[in-house]
Amino acid sequence: MPMRIKRVTLFAGHYGSGKTNIAVNYALYLRSLGKPVAIGDLDIVNPYYRAKDSQAELEKAGIRVIASAYANSNVDVPALPQEMYSLTEDRKTFAVMDIGGDDRGALALGRYMPAISEENDYDLLFVFNRSRPLTRNAQSAMTIMREIETACGLPFTGIVHNTNLGRETTPKTILDALPVVQELCGISGLPLLFTAVRSDLAPLLPQNIGEIFPMTLQKTIW
Amino acid sequence: MAEKILMKGNEALAEAAIMAGCRHYFGYPITPQTEVAAYMAKRMPRIGGTFLQAESEIAAINMVIGAAAAGKRSMTSSSSPGISLKSEGISYMAGCDLPGLIVNVQRGGPGLGGIQPSQSDYFQATRGGGHGDYHLLVLAPNSVQEMADLVFKGFDMSEKYRIPCMLLADGTMGQMMEPVALPERSAETIDKPWALTGTEGKRKPNIINSLALAPHELEEWNLERFKRYDIIRETEQMSESYLMDDAEICVVAFGIAARVSQNAVDTARAMGIKAGMIRPITLWPFPEKALKTAADQCKAFVSVELNMGQMIEDVKLSIECCKPVSLCCRTGGMIPTPDEVVAAIVKANEGGKQA
Repeated sequence: MPMRIKRVTLFAGHYGSGKTNIAVNYALYLRSLGKPVAIGDLDIVNPYYRAKDSQAELEKAGIRVIASAYANSNVDVPALPQEMYSLTEDRKTFAVMDIGGDDRGALALGRYMPAISEENDYDLLFVFNRSRPLTRNAQSAMTIMREIETACGLPFTGIVHNTNLGRETTPKTILDALPVVQELCGISGLPLLFTAVRSDLAPLLPQNIGEIFPMTLQKTIW
Repeated sequence: MAEKILMKGNEALAEAAIMAGCRHYFGYPITPQTEVAAYMAKRMPRIGGTFLQAESEIAAINMVIGAAAAGKRSMTSSSSPGISLKSEGISYMAGCDLPGLIVNVQRGGPGLGGIQPSQSDYFQATRGGGHGDYHLLVLAPNSVQEMADLVFKGFDMSEKYRIPCMLLADGTMGQMMEPVALPERSAETIDKPWALTGTEGKRKPNIINSLALAPHELEEWNLERFKRYDIIRETEQMSESYLMDDAEICVVAFGIAARVSQNAVDTARAMGIKAGMIRPITLWPFPEKALKTAADQCKAFVSVELNMGQMIEDVKLSIECCKPVSLCCRTGGMIPTPDEVVAAIVKANEGGKQA
């Protein structure tokens, strides 16, 4: 999958758009290319279901995981560790940052914004899932996009399409959303970088919808 | 049905409440139910409803009492410690025969406990919770879809019987995202001749109160209420059976425990054990009839819970202790794994009493 790769890749978007699964899979993808990779769990919104859930798998692959020591514990505070600064300081390592949902989640990015902006080798990607109730059309997605940009102080540089219905996703779920994605790209002036899909669905999609990024999803016991 | 969308359990229940005609939400934030309040805060002002973040849980439940007394569909939501705070008000609702929906997205306890999922408020929910002789209708969803569907059911039943309803979810139900088709139906309209809507000089004033000055009067009120409870016990028990036709081992589990247990039942079947599951959907009234019927055919029961064993008492009571009942549980915010449930099924199948 030939994609443009920046030193820092940030995934932001509407609450529940699928940022975490994409960030985890993207980190694993970069690592599979032989690059040194670190992933930062910057989610200050969600109490459960976070990048840190995949810590063992990521570390096994040789990826450094930076997350709050309190993530997945009972300490219900929106804290980020000081190590998070290494994502912007250590310019030899490729950094993947998983940002919390909506503008509230993107606030956490503000303190890293000056360094990211100064280095200017980043992609801030808007993850779009048309199956979420508050991003059913391009206009509502644009509203959330602008709110996030205001909160974090960085402009988006691209769009990742991640329309899904969880386990019930079919190729049709994804294909039906394509006109909305095209409209979103049109009105935002941003390119569609890739479409993220569960790996078993990837071969079922047509070749002409741009880059397809197959993902392995976090497993549940139910 | 509407086109499916992907929602968090907390969002789905909030949207369903709005669709069911609820325009009055009073709450106070607490993990893991905060998204209910956050969603209501965004949606209610757009549709002419009221979202009010009260100064405390106690204030919030008393606002529900006020709105319910005026005949409005109203609700509140919280998580375990917050429900304890609301319990005084819930008892007053029961005493006043007021309908309303109380959502508990449970977390680990006791005390401040933790923020991870739990089912340890089962006793509190099914025995009343506050002081006095009363019950709540208690509904236990096991998917995001049911988080939405049972909100409709809860409001309707609550108003039909004039009994407060509790939707007893847990942190995973609130936080998980799943496809959901929001029901395309309007709210049932139920007459409320008892509501405080103003007499316009045309009728005697209605009075809503839980204070009786004469003891015999209070007894009569309670006896009348218990007649309604009897009707509910007789007619409203809800449960789902899974592979129970030829089952010899019956797993009993609700909510997230039922999701895990269903996988365990499948594994046990693959191992040649005739396992099945009864999933209570109403926790009060408890589905005694389904359990009693299962007791005729099953040799043992396994109660799977996210607590130290609370529903197991209702399982034993329902089958009048005629078969062994073992417990498979985790607590403190932990969830039993399918393997742990399989081990409990295997042990029950071998005749061991304790899993």
